[in-house]
Amino acid sequence: MTTPRLLQGNEALVEGALAAGVRFFAGYPITPATEILELMARKLPRLGGKFIQMEDELGSMGAVIGASVAGAKAMTASSGPGISLKQENIGFAIIAEIPCVVVNVMRGGPSTGMPTLPSQMDVMQAKWGAHGDHPAIALAPWSVEECFTTAVRAVNLAERFRTPVTLLSDAEIAHMREVYAPPESVETIDRPRPNCPREEYVPYRPDERGIPAMADFGSGYRWHPDSNCHDEYGFPATNNHAVGDKLVRRLVGKVNDYAEEIHWLSEERLEDAEIVVFAFGSVARSASEAVDVARSQGIKAGLLRPISIWPFPDPAVAKVAARAKAILVAEGNLGQLLGEVQRVAAGRCPVAHFSRVDGLIPRPEQILARIKELA
Amino acid sequence: MKRYEARLSGLGGQGVILAGIILAEAAGIHEGRQVVQTQSYGPESRGSACKCDVIIGDEPVKYPGVYRLNLLVALSQDACDKYARDLVPDGLLIYDPLYVKNLPERPLRACAVKATETAEGLGRKIAANMVALGAVAALAGLVSADSLARAVAARSPRGTAEGNLAAFRAGLAAARELRSAIS
Repeated sequence: MTTPRLLQGNEALVEGALAAGVRFFAGYPITPATEILELMARKLPRLGGKFIQMEDELGSMGAVIGASVAGAKAMTASSGPGISLKQENIGFAIIAEIPCVVVNVMRGGPSTGMPTLPSQMDVMQAKWGAHGDHPAIALAPWSVEECFTTAVRAVNLAERFRTPVTLLSDAEIAHMREVYAPPESVETIDRPRPNCPREEYVPYRPDERGIPAMADFGSGYRWHPDSNCHDEYGFPATNNHAVGDKLVRRLVGKVNDYAEEIHWLSEERLEDAEIVVFAFGSVARSASEAVDVARSQGIKAGLLRPISIWPFPDPAVAKVAARAKAILVAEGNLGQLLGEVQRVAAGRCPVAHFSRVDGLIPRPEQILARIKELA
Repeated sequence: MKRYEARLSGLGGQGVILAGIILAEAAGIHEGRQVVQTQSYGPESRGSACKCDVIIGDEPVKYPGVYRLNLLVALSQDACDKYARDLVPDGLLIYDPLYVKNLPERPLRACAVKATETAEGLGRKIAANMVALGAVAALAGLVSADSLARAVAARSPRGTAEGNLAAFRAGLAAARELRSAIS
């Protein structure tokens, strides 16, 4: 362990990403994500990495893809409006299977909305921001420490699955400071690289887990990342039904068939919980406190907190739904995860909802009041 | 002490956020307590209302917001008007009389600390926030003066530690006098 320091969420996130091996960052400043860019600008050159402030968000995402194709672990960070602008290139990274990390420090509202205030309104954007059937991986920290650990995990998952990974923070978590001592080193994962002779390289031929080996541009292996539906050789096959079917199913399956590897949840007081609160990120801090107070008043409450949001933790929610009296979904949006919990609960227990979308995280007593109604 | 909530508030440029960070470091690093620090400010970097909350606990602080303030440091009239009502009945208000002219009607423990004037007297008007921190050390009974002084020194950019510590000690001395006058 290093010496404990008072770190800001965005600061810990940068340290986690660097520890995991990120050596390229391209971005464009935006509140409340700007500290990530500023710190990357300061720290990357000293590590032999590269930082570029691009002309806009579209260019940033393009630069990240280029860096990743050249072999670097690459990352960008923005907030809602900037993430919207990145979507076209995120979709490209998904179909071309380019590992990268996209940090979304969420703010409120559509468009430029509430720039300095927290929200959880981009949960579905993290899954469906790009069009077409595709896999999605998203993680969400609730503390400064988790800004570090989820950043490490995001980089590793991007490399493991060869796909963009979204890190969903918000203004509350990003600007909060807590005491944390980052570890000296972390476990890292590198993308699979080809070990065959160059002339035998088939760039999009998957291994048994559905992941093709990825050669660094410039290493002598020749391949072409294509945004069109492509065959194993990377050439467009836009009218080939069999190739199209195989590609879309593999892209989704390479992540969803291994969802267990990604699922990451924190459980508080679930053993005998009758009322289970389902909440993530900043809202979960209020929910956790509400659960503590409820317990002190004799109510059997518990908290199920997803740290990985996508793929959705179906098994954990199903387990809770089978024995809880009710589930209360508390979130900083008007019901984006509510629908997911209802889908998994499938009527096995009632699913109630608490929303706050005014740019403030809920007060614990607001969630406590809903717990009491359900108890 | 289960949970202690402090808010430092004023206008952008007065250094209230830095003061809050130093308070959080004194408690969290130098005294090993649980602490969460948050901040909010307007889009302008100078002159807009800004505040910095420091929640200190014996157990991990989950909810980072404020229930009821135990301590309010107000370096502007606006901040005093807006936040004094969040103080618990026996909460402590430390204010700079240069900017805060009207005190809330509700009786509370209010201490005028001439932060800006004192800092100016030391030739460093910019260190008014450090004078205020000295007053916090003397009056709030929250973290020791020693921890705060160490945190001030550690956070000071090169060449400014001495000036900041002088301002801090001036605030500490002024507030100690004030304290003995009160009691």
